[in-house]
Amino acid sequence: MPSVSTMLERAVNGISRSGVLAIDAVRRTGAAAVFMARVLAASGTSIARPALTLREIYFSGALSLVIIMVSGLFVGMVLGMQGYDTLETYGSEEKLGVLVALSLVRELGPVVAALLFASRAGSAITAEIGLMKATDQLVAMEMMAVDPIARVVAPRFWGAVLSMPLLAALFSALGIFGAYLVGVRLLGVDDGAFWSQMQAAVDFRQDILNGVIKSVVFGIGIAAVATYEGFAAPPTAEGVSRATTRTVVHSSLLVLALDLVLTGFMMQIWG
Amino acid sequence: MSDAPLVEIRACNFGYNEARRILHDVALDVPRGKVVALMGGSGCGKTTLLRLIGGQERAQTGTVKVAGEDIAALDADGLYRMRRRMGMLFQGGALFTDMTVFDNIAFQMREHTDLPDDAIRDLVLLKLQAVGLRGAAALMPSELSGGMARRVALARAVALDPMLVMYDEPFAGLDPISLSVIGQLIRRSNDALGATSIVVTHDVRESLHIVDYVYLMAEGRIVAQGTPAEMRESTVPMVQQFVQGEIDGPVRFHYPADDFGHALGLDHA
Repeated sequence: MPSVSTMLERAVNGISRSGVLAIDAVRRTGAAAVFMARVLAASGTSIARPALTLREIYFSGALSLVIIMVSGLFVGMVLGMQGYDTLETYGSEEKLGVLVALSLVRELGPVVAALLFASRAGSAITAEIGLMKATDQLVAMEMMAVDPIARVVAPRFWGAVLSMPLLAALFSALGIFGAYLVGVRLLGVDDGAFWSQMQAAVDFRQDILNGVIKSVVFGIGIAAVATYEGFAAPPTAEGVSRATTRTVVHSSLLVLALDLVLTGFMMQIWG
Repeated sequence: MSDAPLVEIRACNFGYNEARRILHDVALDVPRGKVVALMGGSGCGKTTLLRLIGGQERAQTGTVKVAGEDIAALDADGLYRMRRRMGMLFQGGALFTDMTVFDNIAFQMREHTDLPDDAIRDLVLLKLQAVGLRGAAALMPSELSGGMARRVALARAVALDPMLVMYDEPFAGLDPISLSVIGQLIRRSNDALGATSIVVTHDVRESLHIVDYVYLMAEGRIVAQGTPAEMRESTVPMVQQFVQGEIDGPVRFHYPADDFGHALGLDHA
């Protein structure tokens, strides 16, 4: 059995380690905040030269279309089956359209699309910026008197921020279509009831606008994490690989945390 | 044109942290219009010196002046203004991997000038023609060989006809033909542009052919200097070891360690 002094030493080491982790977390958060301030201050180039931002919308948004649309369709189809199964018990299967639309527009659309976007586009942004750093491309740019934050980071940041709400909207639209295919075409829910009840129950401000607000906030969160991790990545293969993993993990957790907070606020305000 | 050296470094001390000093009291001049080599073994502080001249790092003590301006005293705008008059070739080329060769060369022209597309196209083709790669304008950097990538990086470094061009290990990892080509291009572009060049290298043979003056560095200090002829004839052991490529000498082959016999446990026998 370990002696008292050994146990005490282990306890102190444990506390010391958590202190180091806490200090590191605070330091990284501070560095990320300073970095974001620099990105915002250097965003003039992204506005003055929209071609730079459009190119990033293509890479982040357009190239994410397939995974977002296919996932939306499948999630909607599954939601249609599950919803029908439950609603049928109460004889309310014509409410399927309402159930699916509200689930997707309020929650699943923004959240699942954001999680997919973090994995597909967030990781790509981190890896690209990290590799540019590792191969001296960012330093080369600085030596050419071109600010890499304005030229490389800010367009990628705004490209991701602008892509996210569009992708979330597409996810929801394809999801509703998937539920329509399963519910109406396959399981026999009334076509008119499916759409008209959906139209009557979904409120623009309370449901659609809230969903858009969420997806914009998620987009900002993912873009901030992805660009910061890439820019701060140690310039080695291992450093870039770790930064890419951190982007997916941190931005996914951030999306879930932000969703909880935003939903709380929205229920308070609109509910 | 002033006769003062383009680059003046005086009593320069630098370290990335307090525990490990990289440069010790370095003093050197780079005269205008000349090609000057900074030679020395790996890790002797050559590249760090380039970073100080380019303003990527600031010396803890001493001064680094370029064209009469103290680099450490410049604000961000001043530094960027100065860098527009500098060109740099990085060891790995550092070409922008998401752009074609043409766009790499055109990058600075598009960022810093209002030249119309036609003029940029002509200038880029001129630069590429000078390094023999006009036919590779549409290729991506991943499609180039090491020697070609270095030539494109060289063309990019001189794209805006800078007053000072810095080359960081331009000969590293090249085959003998590419090595000779890069050496000649450095000399020719320096003379054609009326520029001043600093070549950081450990390739003695090639650089002694093309440079006007040599500074030899070891452990963060300038240990010898002179023209290529003076360096070849020098009797200073450090210079001899470097020029002749001798394995052991003032620069030791063995990293400091305790007695080998002791390490093998032979001193008890």
